[in-house]
Amino acid sequence: MRTPVSAALVAALSFTLPAHAANDADLAEIRAQVKQMKESYEQRMAALESRLAEAEKTAVKAEKRAAKAEAGVVQSAAAAAPIAAATTSASAFNPAIYAVLQGVYANLSQAPNKYVINGFVPSGDIAPAKRGFSIAESELGFSANVDDKIYANLILSLSPDNSVEVEEAYGVLTALPGGLRPKFGRFLSSIGYLNDQHQHSWDFYDAPLPYQAFLGGQFRSDGLQLKWVAPTDTYLELGAEVGDGANFPGTERNRNGVGDYALYAHAGGDIGANHSWRAGVSYLGLKPQDREYVQVDTTGVDSQLAFSGRSQLAIADFVWKYAPNGNAQNTNFKLQGEYFWRKESGDLTYDRDGALGLTNDSNYASRQSGWYLQGVYQFMPQWRFGVRYDQLEPGSPNYGSNAAYLDSSGFNPKRYAAMIDYTTSEFGRFRLQLQQSKLLPDITDNQVFLQYVLTLGAHSAHKY
Amino acid sequence: MNRLLQLLAVLVFAAFAAPALAVLNVFSSVPEWGALAEELGGDKVKVYTATNALQDPHHIEARPSLIVRARTADLVVATGAELEVGWLPLVLQQSGNARVQPGKPGYFEAAQYVRMLERPDRLDRADGDVHPGGNPHIQTDARNIARVAAPLAARLAELDPANAAAYQARHKVFLSRWSTAIANWEKQAAPLRGLPILVQHKAFAYLEDWLGLKQIAALEPKPGVEPTTAHLSAVLAKLQQQPVKMVLRAAYQSDRASQWIAERARINVVVLPFTVGGDETAKDLFSLFEDTIERLLKGAQ
Repeated sequence: MRTPVSAALVAALSFTLPAHAANDADLAEIRAQVKQMKESYEQRMAALESRLAEAEKTAVKAEKRAAKAEAGVVQSAAAAAPIAAATTSASAFNPAIYAVLQGVYANLSQAPNKYVINGFVPSGDIAPAKRGFSIAESELGFSANVDDKIYANLILSLSPDNSVEVEEAYGVLTALPGGLRPKFGRFLSSIGYLNDQHQHSWDFYDAPLPYQAFLGGQFRSDGLQLKWVAPTDTYLELGAEVGDGANFPGTERNRNGVGDYALYAHAGGDIGANHSWRAGVSYLGLKPQDREYVQVDTTGVDSQLAFSGRSQLAIADFVWKYAPNGNAQNTNFKLQGEYFWRKESGDLTYDRDGALGLTNDSNYASRQSGWYLQGVYQFMPQWRFGVRYDQLEPGSPNYGSNAAYLDSSGFNPKRYAAMIDYTTSEFGRFRLQLQQSKLLPDITDNQVFLQYVLTLGAHSAHKY
Repeated sequence: MNRLLQLLAVLVFAAFAAPALAVLNVFSSVPEWGALAEELGGDKVKVYTATNALQDPHHIEARPSLIVRARTADLVVATGAELEVGWLPLVLQQSGNARVQPGKPGYFEAAQYVRMLERPDRLDRADGDVHPGGNPHIQTDARNIARVAAPLAARLAELDPANAAAYQARHKVFLSRWSTAIANWEKQAAPLRGLPILVQHKAFAYLEDWLGLKQIAALEPKPGVEPTTAHLSAVLAKLQQQPVKMVLRAAYQSDRASQWIAERARINVVVLPFTVGGDETAKDLFSLFEDTIERLLKGAQ
């Protein structure tokens, strides 16, 4: 063990020695040369500037001649006006600001307030919008460098019910060597492919079913993130996160220490000029405590359940993009898919009517999975067409002694979606989505969404 | 497990070790600055060009392949003036490479060293894809290449002082070759002075300024907005009063709008390479301008 490690150390340290050893005389000479280059460049710039100034003078003269005619009228006013704003204001250091506005018209054959996915108990904002017109979540973002070592970003989400949520609020250390950029605060986890992309940049109106069922939409936590891109020729990104684990599938725990931890690796690259790809694997572990949910028991009563134990989720994701010559402006195609596996084990408390009338504690274990696959094709500038299929396999949980009251139907929820969208520019989009959703046995929800997404201000680019 | 730990130790130490400057890794956002860095750096630099001439430099995706190249770059050379605003900041940020972030010596913006044209009087996205700093397609004027060459050579020398003399020498040679070439091109292009033209996208402001071409109209109703039939018809009507000989488009742009107008107005479509690699002849900076002027002269006939 010892010898290879010390050999590696020696090898690594040898890289740190600069390849060019220069003595003082050499350095002085080099400095002189650099100085000389700078000076010669400055001279040339000065010459150019004087030429420019001359040209401007001529232009100004011409303008003056034209202005003389009306000078009599505006003379007094012109004399009073300042030439330029001489004071700098405090707002010069304002952060970059953007806002995203969204709205939808939804036509649903089933009531969205009874949105249930068979065999799953997600929490969070996963039901489709209310019927008819409504605005969706609006987003407000502020970002700037704090100083030479830290960058910070705040994203607020304004809900249609007039409540405000902190969607993301994090700092990033920007000046560390070795490609390290630790992030701290509240942020969207980088597990999977879609999780760290904001909702307004999705290709469909709603999140794929596995995201809804396993993560309650998207997983975020308050904590730390460390991502590192390997300095190789092929893209390899490794990441680790720890957090409070308070969000679904976790719960508030009132404990010190770490509530959730995530690990992931992503690789990617180009194949020729036309194709690019990214694929990865992720792991998320949590320990929910008394995660409560309602489930219909074998007698048809809405019973109150609470789960405590371990929840482990693994995700495999890939995306492949095609654009002729790598120019996605006219036509392009994007294929993406993700597979989720979840293992939960622990204790389940059954409370028949939610009033402790009849209760039972038992062990509980489940293995569940789900996946989606979607393709989006831009067939001409500004127009895209896409289809998506999602499916969940709730499996048959081991209810232990709770099996007397609880049961699983073995029905696999599934959903079919098709969408067409039109972008007015990078900042405006209209989308029509048709969807057939079969989340419970014998119930089909036919859904139509007409959605808009508008971006104002200094919005940065979207992730790959 | 021990093996794994050893490997991890090597990886971590290699990551923290300062890179050996055997060659300077240059990440160029567009082909022209990559070609210029090669002219100035020779075998002292290893140039990676993030886009090719058939891609629209406004709209590039922050692909993993770009992120990983930015990760190992010693110098990022961009056009600036918000040309790459839609992708380069994200690439640099995701790379985690602190040495090439804006404001650091490892980040160079060419547009800071030339006189910008078409600086908008008002900033409003209703005016299309406007750039607050002015028109970013500065490379179509050969004189701008020389203006960028001097500060770029100085930057290479600053980052790699051991080879400063080599960069200075190569810059001197390049500048003298380039000045001769410019004089030749200007002589050749003399017949183009005052020639009225159409352009597809406002991508040639600097070329027009240099050679004295007169832009009558653009096929895009607003910069970056796809041409509409209504706008094309209006342009066609305008040509009744102000006839032109040709319509210019860059190699990366769709040919539909320029073909449409060329057929109806009976004018030539001139596809310019726009940057190095835009066609088979434009292999370096010199052949880029040779080919551009040859194509313009042919189109003007």
